[in-house]
Amino acid sequence: MGITVSNISKRFGDFVALDDVSLDIQNGSLTALLGPSGSGKSTLLRVIAGLENPDSGEVVISGQNKTGTPPQQRGVGFVFQHYAAFKHMTVEDNVAFGLRIRKRSKDQTREKVHELLELVHLEGFAHRYPSQLSGGQRQRMALARALAIEPEVLLLDEPFGALDASVRKDLRAWLRRLHEDMPVTTVLVTHDQEEAMEVASEIVVMNDGAIEQIGDPTEVYENPATEFVMSFIGPITRLQGAYVRPHDLRIQLEPNGKTSEARVEELLHLGFEVRVHLRLSNDEDIWAQITRDTASQLDLKNGKTVYIVTDRSRSFG
Amino acid sequence: MSTARSSSRSPGRSGLGGIFGGEALQRGTVLMYLSLIVLIPLAAVVWTSGEEGWSGFWAAITAPEGMAALRLTFGAAFVVTAINAVAGTLIAWVLVRDSFWGQGIFNSVIDLPFALPTIVAGLTLLALYGPGSPVGIDIAYAPVAVVVALLFVSLPFVVRAVQPVLEELDTEMEEAAASLGASRFTIFRRIILPTLMPAILGGSGLTFARSLGEFGAVVLVTGNIAFETQVASVYIFGQIEGGDIPAASAVSVVLLAFSLLALIGLNVVQGRWTRHEE
Amino acid sequence: MKSRLALRAVALGYLGFLILLPVGGVFWITFRDGFMPFWESITTPEALNAFYLTVFAAVVAVVANTVFGVAAAIMLVRRRFPGKQLLSALIDLPLAVSPVVVGLALILVYGTYGWFGGWLAEQGILIIFSFPGIILATVFVSLPFVVREVVPVLREVGTEQEQAASTLGASSWQTFWRVTLPSIRPGVTYGIVLTTAKALGEFGAVSVVSGRIIGRTETLTLHVEDRFQAFDLAGAYAASVVLAVLALGTLFAMNLLKPKEEKA
Repeated sequence: MGITVSNISKRFGDFVALDDVSLDIQNGSLTALLGPSGSGKSTLLRVIAGLENPDSGEVVISGQNKTGTPPQQRGVGFVFQHYAAFKHMTVEDNVAFGLRIRKRSKDQTREKVHELLELVHLEGFAHRYPSQLSGGQRQRMALARALAIEPEVLLLDEPFGALDASVRKDLRAWLRRLHEDMPVTTVLVTHDQEEAMEVASEIVVMNDGAIEQIGDPTEVYENPATEFVMSFIGPITRLQGAYVRPHDLRIQLEPNGKTSEARVEELLHLGFEVRVHLRLSNDEDIWAQITRDTASQLDLKNGKTVYIVTDRSRSFG
Repeated sequence: MSTARSSSRSPGRSGLGGIFGGEALQRGTVLMYLSLIVLIPLAAVVWTSGEEGWSGFWAAITAPEGMAALRLTFGAAFVVTAINAVAGTLIAWVLVRDSFWGQGIFNSVIDLPFALPTIVAGLTLLALYGPGSPVGIDIAYAPVAVVVALLFVSLPFVVRAVQPVLEELDTEMEEAAASLGASRFTIFRRIILPTLMPAILGGSGLTFARSLGEFGAVVLVTGNIAFETQVASVYIFGQIEGGDIPAASAVSVVLLAFSLLALIGLNVVQGRWTRHEE
Repeated sequence: MKSRLALRAVALGYLGFLILLPVGGVFWITFRDGFMPFWESITTPEALNAFYLTVFAAVVAVVANTVFGVAAAIMLVRRRFPGKQLLSALIDLPLAVSPVVVGLALILVYGTYGWFGGWLAEQGILIIFSFPGIILATVFVSLPFVVREVVPVLREVGTEQEQAASTLGASSWQTFWRVTLPSIRPGVTYGIVLTTAKALGEFGAVSVVSGRIIGRTETLTLHVEDRFQAFDLAGAYAASVVLAVLALGTLFAMNLLKPKEEKA
């Protein structure tokens, strides 16, 4: 059950968008496809929806092979980054669109639309046009429209990408709660690692048309499988050839067997935390992120000699 | 991410794939319609013009009466294009930068020559500037009538090309130039005119192409005096009525070629101009 | 300030002498002796017949070119095929062709001695010097307008709404009628207005193919010329005024419908 994608490849001219990608998505899970622009995550989502035809490979949704099935018959709900609101229809008509295509009775349609508008908190907006809504409201309408057809899977393509930071934060929390109430298998495409970690139960990190790692948020953060995952999921700096997260670096005033000597180059006060730029004795630059308290305890100043150490660095062969 | 590539949807699949019974059928119908109405008939003109060989073609367009008509047509088209480039830019300027009572009506009047049938335009000019003119100006049946008639019908081209560009034009650029000490004339010549140039050229190309082929507006006011006021389109009309189809076709091909040249040529110049701006 | 007034005066004067005075003059001359002479001139059987033929030809041209225009615009914007640029240029071709050449071109193909005309005549179908020829000429000259107005709108609307409709289960036809067509309606409407204006007013091309059998194949514009040549100036002016009023109506519709740039 859920979604199974096997050996999908897709090219656009010379550009390889997906290179032999296979993926299992659990029934009822909320999975994020995370990666930079051009990593193939949106293409993969569109292949699952049938909006894009793969050159090879298979898509199985809820146990049924849907590889050649047109999007009309896949039973997927798709939410677009720029909402794809039907501008000439009211909110109500937008949400009812799929039901009318399916020739549901008027009463049934009205009831379902009402229920969904309540769910997305747009009860009072039924007769407005999309142009009269804010971006966040439009995207909630688009979500209600996708949910109206009771899809087996819900696919969200950068759904919050066009919204203001604060609206984005609210909607993420709301989406997570919605998924808890209505556990339909959901796949979300995002390039924002914070968004993926906050919303998803499972993260699929993609790069250059291939999957780099699959795991829950803690796993991909704590145990990145590749150099790419480590650098994409959080900040990194390098210490003697190994990668380390800046907040996993400890600064002390006395050396011990494992420390490296360094000179403080610059201190940046970022509110609660302090970013310390250091230069190692071999002239390599490195930076650490420590709390304000630690910084003041160590009495850090430009030019001061300190000793740094970490017990969480990683190397990738 | 494939947002930039999202237009490359699978054919025949989503969206409008199956409209009009499939893509091939749609394409076939569109091409058939265009061919039957436009392309095959125009090809027939080119074909017929060459039926008597190159010498026949040359003889047809250099026949004294035809030559005189072509000379008048091209001369008038150049004069009209030049006047229109200046007057059109000026009118666009007044429409965008000036503001006065009745400007809205003034703006709509620009489109009147497009909406008004050309024969009505001709009759209209004749009524006012013909024999028995109520304002005492009689230019009918003289070459200048050709110019006036063509100015009437081609009025919207330059104005409507320049107007949107002028509206978009950032006044900051002019203010910057002014702050650097440029005079108003220098600002216009060095800052505004170069920006408007592609639009002016585009509008001029349309004016020229239209002027070469105009018939309805000139046929009444010129009186069709051979060697004097007969333009090429009227000459062709006469040849058709007289049954000399090859001669009519030959002159038609000359008009056709130069109208296309004007449009394509100005597109190229326009493209080059815009590119160096980027 | 002074130079601005001077510019304004020059621009207004130019427009006044070139456009407003002549058009106003025709109205003045037509109604100089009251409304009745005008009414009598436009209600002669020939004038009425010309009016009906003009409207009929315009309706056919609008319907045919709207269907063609929307289909061609969808092809140009939504499809990929070799020679797309060329097709786009060819569709604009009627804008660059002299109306007399249009007439000649149609005669050469559909005339009795033309490429297809002989065969058609054997089937009993007469096109040139007959009403179908007038329709053909009208369709030719007004062909590009719907395409040209719909293409930018279609491009602007994008494909996302169509894709959304397809994921919601709409077939291609349903998507076209419920999503695509409503969203390009402003472009289609504006294109129809321009097509109508061109179709009502075409003279040269129609003049060549009509054969001008009075009372049968005469459109309003031909009627104007015919009255003028027959020294019936009142009749020519009256028909001109009818056409001018139609043009002013078009102008009004254009102003009402002109696609406004969206303020971001």
